[in-house]
Amino acid sequence: MHCQTGSRGTYVPTSRTIAGDPLERIERLASENAVVIFSVSSCCMCHAIKRLFCGMGVNPTVYELDEDPRGKDMEKALMRLLGNSPAVPVVFIGGKLVGAMDRVMASHINGTLVPLLKQAGALWL
Amino acid sequence: MNSPSTELTRRMAIYEQFHHISRWGDAFNVDNSPNTGSSTIVPADVRLNNKAEYISCEQVEPSISDQETNKPADKIQRRLAQNREAARKSRLRKKAYVQQLESSRLKLAQLEQELERARQQGIYKSGASGAGGFGLPATVNSGITAFEMEYTHWVEEQNRQICELRTALAAHVTDIELRILVESGLNHYCNLFRMKADAAKADVFYLISGIWRTSAERFFHWIGGFRPSEILNVVVPQIEPLTDQQHLEVCNLRQSSQQAEDALSQGVDKLQQSLAEDVASGLCSGNYRAQMVAAIDKLEGLENFVSQADHLRQQTLQQMVRILTTRQAARGFLAMGEYFHRLRALSSLWAARPRESA
Repeated sequence: MHCQTGSRGTYVPTSRTIAGDPLERIERLASENAVVIFSVSSCCMCHAIKRLFCGMGVNPTVYELDEDPRGKDMEKALMRLLGNSPAVPVVFIGGKLVGAMDRVMASHINGTLVPLLKQAGALWL
Repeated sequence: MNSPSTELTRRMAIYEQFHHISRWGDAFNVDNSPNTGSSTIVPADVRLNNKAEYISCEQVEPSISDQETNKPADKIQRRLAQNREAARKSRLRKKAYVQQLESSRLKLAQLEQELERARQQGIYKSGASGAGGFGLPATVNSGITAFEMEYTHWVEEQNRQICELRTALAAHVTDIELRILVESGLNHYCNLFRMKADAAKADVFYLISGIWRTSAERFFHWIGGFRPSEILNVVVPQIEPLTDQQHLEVCNLRQSSQQAEDALSQGVDKLQQSLAEDVASGLCSGNYRAQMVAAIDKLEGLENFVSQADHLRQQTLQQMVRILTTRQAARGFLAMGEYFHRLRALSSLWAARPRESA
């Protein structure tokens, strides 16, 4: 494995598996489904964001980080990605990062969320 | 050396005969009163008592050359007209300033009254039992006190903006001027959300309770403020006719804001539920430290919800402005402002209504 620097700041030793880097794991998981939400089961804002997508008729794939053995590392990686805000909830659509609750709501209000969902194949209408 | 004021009098006496010949103001005004003057380039802070000095500095050169016997007269007349104008503007500014002082004085008296009333109602009683007088609770209260005062000012400014909008729309001013008013309206709401963010840090329960609003407004209270979809329902009928494209976009906005509201509401419901569970666990065993810690965490989440709700309000208003034409947006802000004004008035009427004695 090569050394990773820059925004990730993690050095992955050769003994670890490819999926060891939390950010890589996040990206891999995010690309596997149209709508992916990283959440914590006790977090109420995460609950709200799940309800938002369900209310729109979207079926998101949810990863509860508190129920994942590598969840803590992934939370830290997400915090770095978003820049210090709470790590969850975070939404990926079509493998690309959309953001936390405020970005998702802003894009829903300004009408860009639905086209994004349709493009990712999460909505048909 | 002559004092500036005698210089002025002397020059005005000498050039009086040229008064009607070279006045700029003739092109615009009919009457020859000294108060009418051309609009000139006058420094904004020229004051009444500096006028004489201004004149004397500027009028040194004209008396030098013999060849320029008419030019000095023109220059003097121009200067005199400028100074008259400056004096007039200075008087108007002074009048405005005094009026502002008067209204501020009234406002201050009003605020002091409200503070006294609120103090009597016990809003400022320290929440911590036995924590002592001037520790953390005092800081928390001062954040709320500051918000209350700022909010009172906010409402007054809101009322002023409503009047300005109404006048502007009735007078059919240009779109550019309306645009400015619309932007001010939007900014004013953004200011409110900023104030609320600070107040939430001081005491989120205060915001959620809606005690800072009037009773009728509180009836419609949703996560610390107004419901965005409710605003759309109020405003849209007032700004018809809409184009087909606008109709579609408004429909989408209504739907998306409703969906966002539902999501946040469900999030808050979940928070209430888990908070109740945290507080209620182990009621009979007595020891509750761990539960309190968990509960505090949940309450911090509440701040997050108020912030997201305000964010939703702001986004909805901004999208509304994007969808509508300037004139429609102006009518929209007028409708919205008037709506809340009437709710506030309703609260006062309700409170003042005659009640039968028991």
